[in-house]
Amino acid sequence: MQDFGEAFALAFGLVLSPTGDLAEIVGLSLRVSLTATVLACLLGLPLGALLATARFRGRGAVLVFVNALMGLPPVVVGLLVYLSLSRAGPLGFLGLLYTSTAMIVAQTVLITPIVAALSRQILEDLNDEYAEQFRALCLTRWQSVQALLWDGRYALLTVALAGFGRAVAEVGAVMIVGGNIDHLTRVMTTAIALETSKGELALALALGMILMAIALGVNALVQSLRLSAERQAAHA
Amino acid sequence: MKLGALTLALLTPFALHAQESIIVQSTTSTANSGLYDYLLPIFTEETGITVNVVAVGTGQAIKNAANCDGDVLLVHAKPAEEKFVAEGGGTMRTDLMYNDFVIVGPAGDPAGVGGMTDVEAALKTISESGAIFASRGDDSGTHKKEVALWNAAGVDPKAGSGEWYRETGSGMGATLNAGIGMGAYVMTDRATWINFGNKQDYTIAVQGDEDMFNQYGVIPVNPAKCPNVNVDAAQSFADWLISAEGQEAIAGYKVDGQQLFFPNAPK
Repeated sequence: MQDFGEAFALAFGLVLSPTGDLAEIVGLSLRVSLTATVLACLLGLPLGALLATARFRGRGAVLVFVNALMGLPPVVVGLLVYLSLSRAGPLGFLGLLYTSTAMIVAQTVLITPIVAALSRQILEDLNDEYAEQFRALCLTRWQSVQALLWDGRYALLTVALAGFGRAVAEVGAVMIVGGNIDHLTRVMTTAIALETSKGELALALALGMILMAIALGVNALVQSLRLSAERQAAHA
Repeated sequence: MKLGALTLALLTPFALHAQESIIVQSTTSTANSGLYDYLLPIFTEETGITVNVVAVGTGQAIKNAANCDGDVLLVHAKPAEEKFVAEGGGTMRTDLMYNDFVIVGPAGDPAGVGGMTDVEAALKTISESGAIFASRGDDSGTHKKEVALWNAAGVDPKAGSGEWYRETGSGMGATLNAGIGMGAYVMTDRATWINFGNKQDYTIAVQGDEDMFNQYGVIPVNPAKCPNVNVDAAQSFADWLISAEGQEAIAGYKVDGQQLFFPNAPK
């Protein structure tokens, strides 16, 4: 398998002297997936907190449903978003198909259930711990949710990273709604799929290595932010 | 009045932007072969129109265009294209260029079809030899052509589906990768094959039959059905492709010294 060696050489070559195209593709990947992660957190964390603290009829069924949505296949999400945003679909008048916005929408739909389900579990455990204190302090539902989100922030950061990981790695959804258009909607994963289909396996693998390096970089950045924040908190 | 002016001011940049770009729903072979990378910069330089290519199988491209999600359709399945125009999806279909299909196989040539020029006889031989054949199985232009050739050969490959007849249900490149991985014969358009980077020990086994002719057509999407279509830009792209200049540009695209597409628009 000389492909591995060739892929390593190519990956290093690309990293050492990046072309404009590569920077553009990497930039779009990050922009789309990070935006989707932020949106998914804005939607998913409150939903998770609500499910963690509220007791209502049918709650069990809702939890099963949200947990099941974590397994949404990206290509199905892509199809649903395509059918909605297509000119022939209900939101076609927006003209969003084949734009980075459509890709952000698809990835947000894909990872919001992940953020909601995982944060629900974390916040519910935390809530069990704090419930008595909350009652003693006579906090409102909203105040306790705020307290839970704040105290669980480091664990929730990991949840956000799980969502980001899923978003930046998926190819099925962005391929359908973005169209893999050169200089417009091509991201790392669709570029890898394209090079694979051209039989340029070493180049595809090299791009995969760069994607892994980027994911590693994002995780390391978050980790260092978290450590420095914890250190500051300890000193305070 | 003020509101009107404001709305206009807000909308203008979008309108201008829309004027400058079109979406082409295209078959994969023209994209994978690198033709667009060569052709589109020439067109954009001349007209200022950016062409965004969505490369999918012919079947999906036609479906997307029928949903009004594109301005121009560039595919290779004449009967399906004519049906698309007859149903009001496109204004007019024009022959654009052609190349041909070939059947590639492993160096060992287990079915012994190497050098054959009668494609129907070759397919019959492959089906009887027990050798594996990998099909696109995705309703693309290439797949439609392959099915027609099996019919002409009087063989029902579906009877051996999952055994010697393997339908990958994916694009040309993915099917080539899979076929080469399992030592299967694969039918592919010549342009994709010449440009394919993972050939291993594969060579062209069958070529040169008139029945393997592969015609590409271009169709502007019908604005009467799809009001969102960028009519002028779409028409000027289609017109340019079939103009003497566009045809010359197509003929000028070569990989390893080989011409990949042969322009044949009506003069």
